[in-house]
Amino acid sequence: MSVPPHRVHDQVRLPGEQLQTLIEALRLLGYRVMGPKVAEGAIVYDELTSAAELPVGWTDEQKGGSYRLVKRNDGAAFGYALGPHSWKKYLHPAVHRLWKAKREGNGFEISEETPEVPKLAFLGVRACELHAIAIQDKVLTQGVFRDPIYSSRRENVFIVAVNCSQPGGTCFCESMGTGPQATFGFDLALTEINVNGRHDFLVEAGTDRGTEMLQKIPHEGATEKEKKTVAEIAAQAAQHMGRQLNTHEIKELFYRSLEHPRWDEVAERCLNCANCTMVCPTCFCTTVEDVTDLAGTEAERWRKWDSCFTADFSYIHGGSVRASRKSRYRQWLTHKLATWIDQFGSSGCVGCGRCITWCPVAIDLTEEVLAIRQAGSTDSAALPTKEEQ
Amino acid sequence: MSPTNPDPMVPTPFRVQRVRQETHDTFTLELEPARGGNGFSFQAGQFNMLYVFGVGEVPISISGDPTRSKMLVHTTRAVGTVTKAMRRLKRGDILGVRGPFGSHWPVEVAAGSDVVIVAGGIGLAPLRPAMYELLSRRDQYDKVVLLYGARTPEEILFPRELERWRAHFDLEVHVTVDRAMGGWRGNVGVVTTLIQKAPFNARSTTAMVCGPEVMMRFTVMELLKRGVKTDNIHISMERNMKCAIGFCGHCQFGPVFVCKDGPVFVYGRIKDLLTKWEI
Repeated sequence: MSVPPHRVHDQVRLPGEQLQTLIEALRLLGYRVMGPKVAEGAIVYDELTSAAELPVGWTDEQKGGSYRLVKRNDGAAFGYALGPHSWKKYLHPAVHRLWKAKREGNGFEISEETPEVPKLAFLGVRACELHAIAIQDKVLTQGVFRDPIYSSRRENVFIVAVNCSQPGGTCFCESMGTGPQATFGFDLALTEINVNGRHDFLVEAGTDRGTEMLQKIPHEGATEKEKKTVAEIAAQAAQHMGRQLNTHEIKELFYRSLEHPRWDEVAERCLNCANCTMVCPTCFCTTVEDVTDLAGTEAERWRKWDSCFTADFSYIHGGSVRASRKSRYRQWLTHKLATWIDQFGSSGCVGCGRCITWCPVAIDLTEEVLAIRQAGSTDSAALPTKEEQ
Repeated sequence: MSPTNPDPMVPTPFRVQRVRQETHDTFTLELEPARGGNGFSFQAGQFNMLYVFGVGEVPISISGDPTRSKMLVHTTRAVGTVTKAMRRLKRGDILGVRGPFGSHWPVEVAAGSDVVIVAGGIGLAPLRPAMYELLSRRDQYDKVVLLYGARTPEEILFPRELERWRAHFDLEVHVTVDRAMGGWRGNVGVVTTLIQKAPFNARSTTAMVCGPEVMMRFTVMELLKRGVKTDNIHISMERNMKCAIGFCGHCQFGPVFVCKDGPVFVYGRIKDLLTKWEI
């Protein structure tokens, strides 16, 4: 995976109570601070006005098809893995009006949207999510066209990463090379330390505006020992991944496995409910919806998240190209782990495990990959690689 | 890039100049920019997203003459909600246009070689701009052959134009139908049956193919049998599209996006996918 250059800055120590100062400083600069809070039985991302709203003392237990909030016995504010939300809900909104039109005589007038672009700060971004954002940047801003909605929102975002110290039961960022430590793509990166009744954050600035922000918040120099704990926490987290995925020649594996019998097997279980695509932090597909008023004089066009698991997704005159459930699961997983590499130069999977946790029937992509790998492949012809094309 | 609007998702109004019924379910729209301007330039094989007020938007290939870009011409079949609403449009009505999008037929690359065009049904519409362009610089090519198949004589698209082209001494035009009643004196059979006898030098031929996917698959097989090189065969693919600029994800065909990598592909690039179902 191509990774932007890492900005090396020294770690400083921020006493735990200064998190509130950070939130206030961001708000003073006009940022709406979005971060984790407990709501609807999960840790979700929402607007924060105070550090007291963070999920202090909570963690999550995740396994295939299961997510539970559990009390911690310490006051950690970021002592969980990941909730169902990803930051794409702010950068690539689930529902967005593209334009409005009004009937004029036998024609119509289109008025373009000039949406208010929110100035957002993200607090608590995990390493896997930084990679997910970088992947969506590539998809939506670095091709021939730029998505104006995503670009305008993305440009303003202030990112406060928080290193993951407690990977979930469905996590495998270690396998995907996307975590657990934040190495790029942040303004500030925090590591939460809870020892001997002390609650501190070790902080690293990744950008000049991160450094400027840090200057507004009372902090102290970190000792060499403290600086080492950042790497120790990352190393310890890497040892506790709930899942693993072998990515060796994974593109070639999938390209030659389009007719693998495992697709039939997984189709027996898959409900085609699209949950995995909704919780996936990199899935970017959308559809458009045209709505009119009852009189038919006003029309609007909306863009909405869509999923390759619906029959409508591939519909052309005469029917769906992917009529079977099997073909839709195959499309999703093959895109995520293989064709994405040819399209955008990296895997489309960051190993966050959300698709495993939030699958109502606990389909686990790491198991599916293993099954396809172990049974070998039945196809004779592999697809051409980009070089061969 | 889209010349119609700086925001590629916002349609530009075009005024219907003419609606012409072609066959019982196909029709042609002739459009002009509603706000004036210099017509519409595009390359043969490209498509536009056409929006009918309050109904929706669909990708439709351009069927007009790229060398005479004053008028924007689209030919399509009325099959869905949007295309059926489109057929009801009258002269003077406004239609939204985004585009042109996508890759084009290799008309320039083909210079110096023979050209064989194989079209099935409505697939002649996206190939007609290539025919116009070839004819506008006919001296640059050796043999030019058009093979066209329709289901019945009544469903032959652009019959008068086909007649006119057939009268050209420097064009080979062969038309066949799948089935016909007594009045038909031409070929009967699928279009692939015309390929073996068609007069072109396979070693130096550029082939352009458009039609239903199954027709393209068998056409390519016949072309390969004749000895046309894999990388000299070009086919035009069709998939669901919502944005036409690579963001909506709907038109993916394995690793390619039909909207931006296609719709016209070198056969060699996608040949392994064409033999798999439901890709």
